[in-house]
Amino acid sequence: MNGRVDWVAHLVLCCGVLLFVLPLWLLVAGATQDAGAISRGDLSLLPDLRNLGVFWSVLNDRAPGGAPVWHMLLVSAAMALAIAAGKIVISLLSAYAVTFFRFPFRMLCFWTIFITLMLPVEVRIVPTYAVMADFGLINSFTGLAMPLIASATATLLFRQVFLAVPDELVEAARMDGAGPLRFLRDILLPVSAANMAALFVIVFVYGWNQYLWPLLVATDPSLDTIVIGIVKMIGQDSVTDWNRVMATAVLALLPPVAVVLLMQRWFVKGLTEGEK
Amino acid sequence: MTFFGSHRLQKAHPSAKGPSLERRTIFAGWVLPVLLVAPQLLLTVFFFLWPAARAMWTSLERQDAFGIRTEFVGLDNFADLFADPLYLDSAVRTVGFCAAVAVLAMGMALLLAVFADREIRGRAIYRTLLIWPYAIAPAIAAVLWVLLLHPQIGLVAHGLKAIGILWDYKLNDAQAMTVVILASAWKQVSYNFIFFLAGLQSIPKAVIEAARMDGARGWRRFRTITLPLLAPTMFFLIVVNIVYAAFDTFATIQALTQGGPGKATETLMLKVYRDGLINLDLGSSSAQSVVLMVGIVVLTALQFRFIGRRNAE
Repeated sequence: MNGRVDWVAHLVLCCGVLLFVLPLWLLVAGATQDAGAISRGDLSLLPDLRNLGVFWSVLNDRAPGGAPVWHMLLVSAAMALAIAAGKIVISLLSAYAVTFFRFPFRMLCFWTIFITLMLPVEVRIVPTYAVMADFGLINSFTGLAMPLIASATATLLFRQVFLAVPDELVEAARMDGAGPLRFLRDILLPVSAANMAALFVIVFVYGWNQYLWPLLVATDPSLDTIVIGIVKMIGQDSVTDWNRVMATAVLALLPPVAVVLLMQRWFVKGLTEGEK
Repeated sequence: MTFFGSHRLQKAHPSAKGPSLERRTIFAGWVLPVLLVAPQLLLTVFFFLWPAARAMWTSLERQDAFGIRTEFVGLDNFADLFADPLYLDSAVRTVGFCAAVAVLAMGMALLLAVFADREIRGRAIYRTLLIWPYAIAPAIAAVLWVLLLHPQIGLVAHGLKAIGILWDYKLNDAQAMTVVILASAWKQVSYNFIFFLAGLQSIPKAVIEAARMDGARGWRRFRTITLPLLAPTMFFLIVVNIVYAAFDTFATIQALTQGGPGKATETLMLKVYRDGLINLDLGSSSAQSVVLMVGIVVLTALQFRFIGRRNAE
């Protein structure tokens, strides 16, 4: 390159970064400050390092009538992990079945799964709630996680990967006497590891960030997720402990952000290539 | 590669319809695959198809005020819906909201992606710092914006007051709409950024270089070379952003304004929720759900027709 510094690019990108980092910084700084000062509108940009303990002490806070924050974090984590693991497993298996076998009504199965692309939970909230009530799944962890596990996108992604597996590989495995399940375990799992990692990030974030579904299906405070808890906290007319609300928000943000940052490489590749 | 092989591929093989791209080497037997596909299929039937069918059926019924008797009313619920000025207002509001969110979120993301694609020092760090907001929940985005714009504690709100603007988005309709649009668009920028950057990176450098040789500079090179090559990404993102703005912003709006003041920020999604689960008007709410489903089907069909992609939920 010609060695000149591209000032315009740096300027634009710095502004962009500030737009996202600044609110986060405010949140962290605000969490460590005096509640009274925040209410008066004296939010300082500098965190008060003596008060870092607030992140620890806030774990026992609760929204009125709600569960403590540590419990909400646990529910969120369990829900996000259950959805991620469940979705990856059932999508992998169903994609394997429709790609590597011929069985009666195979295409019907495929289209049934495919059609779910067009039915996000938002457009069928009332009837889905009714169905959950029929199953007795209202206010249960199963009801919270299970309906979010079925997914066409993940199945289509794995199908994509499986279609690209060379015929020679399958022939060779068969020569060695590998049955379909061993082929799945020894060949297909390693081949799709990167896709699974990407899918994990996408689904974990999706699960952690759910709002509408938990709001509907779990009215029992012991099933409140952290996202539900936060909205309950700021929904009150007179919030006084703003610093504690902010600290809770930081705790709610950390896990999904950590997952995205740690697995950024796979995630970006998986999102943009796999989902095409 | 696209889901079913690219659109072009389908044209090259007119007989190949949709997902008929198949493996040649397969395993024998049908018991195992049926067992493998069963869990996915059961979940789909119970939690997707059945509720959807029920929504369609309920949309043709009406309950009396006490929820005791239900009668079949044909398309009356739909007729009422489209004759209801409140519903039409909400529909118009939703369209405007979606357009504003999509334009803002995509414009911002494209600008950042173009500069992040340049060969500059520290671009890996810039990228990471622009990608992490993908992890922010729509509801948490609302919390962050409350901190900036809350009439009492918000920094930006104080700034606005200082220059003489009466700022209270909990009372002022236009301000409320501005707040939900900003918060919603803000949250979607990093998603769009990831796709625009990938799109830009997939443009062969030789093409750009050739344009440079021909003397096309800056803005003109961008407009005549880069932008047309980004068209598939652009179209994909338009659909994704509309779906996002229509449905996923429920949490953002609920946390910021609950649809208020009055109905100033009540989108169709909030209305379905309010009519169905708060006011318990099941017939009307189901009819609204069916209308939204039709909307999504049309959008998804458009997307597959033109590029054959879809985002992860």
